[in-house]
Amino acid sequence: MEPVVHLRAAVALLGRFPALAGFDLDVARGEIVLLRGPNGAGKTTVLRACAGLVPVVRGEAVVLGHDLRLDPRPVRRHVGLLGHATGLFDDLTVADNVRFWGRACRADPGDIAAALALVGLDGRLRDVVVGRLSAGQRRRTSLACLLARRPALWLLDEPHAGLDHDTRDQLDALIGRAVRQGATVLLASHELDRAESLAHRVVELAGGTTAPARSAAPSDGSAPQAPPRRAPAAPSPEVSHVA
Amino acid sequence: MTSPTSTTVTGAPGADGHAADTPRAVAGRGAPGHTGSRASRVLGILALGSIALLVLYGLVWSPADAEMADSVRLMYIHVPAASFMYAGCFITTIASAMWLRRRTPGWDALAGASAEVALVFTAITLGTGSLWGRPTWGTYWTWDARLTSTALLATLLVGYLALRRLDVDPTARSTRAAVLGLLLVPNVIIVNRSVEWWRSLHQRSTLVKLDPTIEGQMLVALMVGFLAVGLVFTWLLVHRFRVAWLEYQSERLDLDLALAERRAEAGHHTDVEAPA
Amino acid sequence: MWRDAALVAGRDLRVELRSRVTTNQVAPFSLLVLVLFAFALDPDRQLLERLASGLYWTAVLFAALLAISRSAAIDETDGVRDALRLSGLDPAGVFVGKAAAVAVVLLALELLLGVGVVVLYGVELAGAGLVVVAGLAATVAVAATGTLYGALVSGLRVRETLLPLLLLPVLAPVLIGATRAFEAALAGVPADGWPWCGLLAGLAVLYAVAGALAYGTLLEGS
Repeated sequence: MEPVVHLRAAVALLGRFPALAGFDLDVARGEIVLLRGPNGAGKTTVLRACAGLVPVVRGEAVVLGHDLRLDPRPVRRHVGLLGHATGLFDDLTVADNVRFWGRACRADPGDIAAALALVGLDGRLRDVVVGRLSAGQRRRTSLACLLARRPALWLLDEPHAGLDHDTRDQLDALIGRAVRQGATVLLASHELDRAESLAHRVVELAGGTTAPARSAAPSDGSAPQAPPRRAPAAPSPEVSHVA
Repeated sequence: MTSPTSTTVTGAPGADGHAADTPRAVAGRGAPGHTGSRASRVLGILALGSIALLVLYGLVWSPADAEMADSVRLMYIHVPAASFMYAGCFITTIASAMWLRRRTPGWDALAGASAEVALVFTAITLGTGSLWGRPTWGTYWTWDARLTSTALLATLLVGYLALRRLDVDPTARSTRAAVLGLLLVPNVIIVNRSVEWWRSLHQRSTLVKLDPTIEGQMLVALMVGFLAVGLVFTWLLVHRFRVAWLEYQSERLDLDLALAERRAEAGHHTDVEAPA
Repeated sequence: MWRDAALVAGRDLRVELRSRVTTNQVAPFSLLVLVLFAFALDPDRQLLERLASGLYWTAVLFAALLAISRSAAIDETDGVRDALRLSGLDPAGVFVGKAAAVAVVLLALELLLGVGVVVLYGVELAGAGLVVVAGLAATVAVAATGTLYGALVSGLRVRETLLPLLLLPVLAPVLIGATRAFEAALAGVPADGWPWCGLLAGLAVLYAVAGALAYGTLLEGS
């Protein structure tokens, strides 16, 4: 079967800097692949290149059947990127934000409502202005925007950073659920314990290219191991006011 | 004038890889190694010669005008300067359009160079216009249509050049500058038309009547003026473009070199302990 | 495209309503400008009344600079540009939506300033038809031009200073046209004003089209 992501000797430039200097990656459908490497290695660039946001100037780059060297735009509708930045409007409520981004990508209204429910933001927090949420709650809102898109490829850039235990469990559960429904996940993380137990496979990245794999690759390539703490807890009730 | 060599950098497949960064090698790829060349030296000499000719014609051989007396001599510079100021704006707009189509850096360099030279000529136009105004109307400035719209043109050019100086990623800067440059000529036309229409309600256009009866030595002087100003404009443009081109070349991405350095980071890191 | 425009316009207006910066800061500022003019020009009412059209539109332009700056700021928020590119929204639609939102805000400010000019400068309204049409045309022209230029300087550290430098010369014809049209209306000679209205409408169309075409390039290339 055709891989969801196929990169071969891909070179991607940020301005004049070659963030990716010849990177290979193949991701099959339904896989969860972890990108690991030091800061500045190019993990974020890999994710953004797969989203069609950063142009690939050399090598091969095919994502979900779309050739990124020809035109990076058609693939965007089918991916979901959860990056460091939230992409949220601080003056609007959670519901406003998710509804806007959902409608922007022509999502089903049912999906939009379901997305809010899945991240546990369909209760009181729905109508809270994003500017007043905690970092974890904002991340959940961004996640809801991603869920509403129902992307075939999830691109997660350090998704666990800044989240508490329960929220991380929630996130892992949602990732598992998405994969069971046929999505593919590519994530970059420094949270090695959690991410490695989640992922099928680990790819090492350094200096914009593939580095030789380190030891402690955990999985045997089969279904993702369930993370130790199973049931996602209810979302934290407090709303912290941003200073 | 040397035409821009097509060299692609970002966003296009197969970026030109092999650098040698010495000016000789750069020159070998069809670009100038330094901003002088035989052609531009000939041009420069012609320009100097025609300036000398203009001085002769303008100051000595042509008669003083019946109405404007000796101040008409300023017109031999003022009118051509204004024409080439507009020419510079046209070049900027066309170069911006070509950059948006082709994305080769030579067009971007040309757009910027042309705007700068146009600004110089705008200053000359305003200066000579003001000097002409003093004896004619008694003041240095008047809200005549031409002066006013030229002043606005100056601000348009200053704004464009300010945008070009931004400290951002070069592709982003070029894109924004190109869109702004594309709007330059339409803005100039709109501003000119509006201001003239407006001022014509209150004041006859007095600055220059390019009098069809201008004749004899005065006509010759004006033609020489066009020649001289035109040659100076071209010479300045060629050199400014070449400077911009060289700046671009010196910053030019040597993709293979950068790739090798980047990969070396990986080699270096694998010798180091695991990152946290 | 229109659907996307409506969505974006709704978002921008909702942000303005929720944040209330327009009502709390921009509106008082524009009234303040009118008052400052009175200080500068001596409250000899004859002078103020004669100059009212020009002062009005100058105040509108200053307020427009703020409104456009705020509109651009909405999409500068961290990550929003990426999200816009990923969303599949038609860039022309985003442009039209943003320009429409700015136009609505401007119309509200213009109404407020209109009341201000009538009250503070003692202007008597006349030629309402011309006033309304010219006002609308000028507003659309300012909104379209401003949104395009706002995108040109969006995300830059120097946005605050560069936007006025780039935008005001381009809006000079709008200022000329709108002022002349209003003067003609108030003087009871609307026939003089309609041609200027034509100019304003032409500018509005030109910049609406230019913005719609250029917005995608700016969104991608910056």
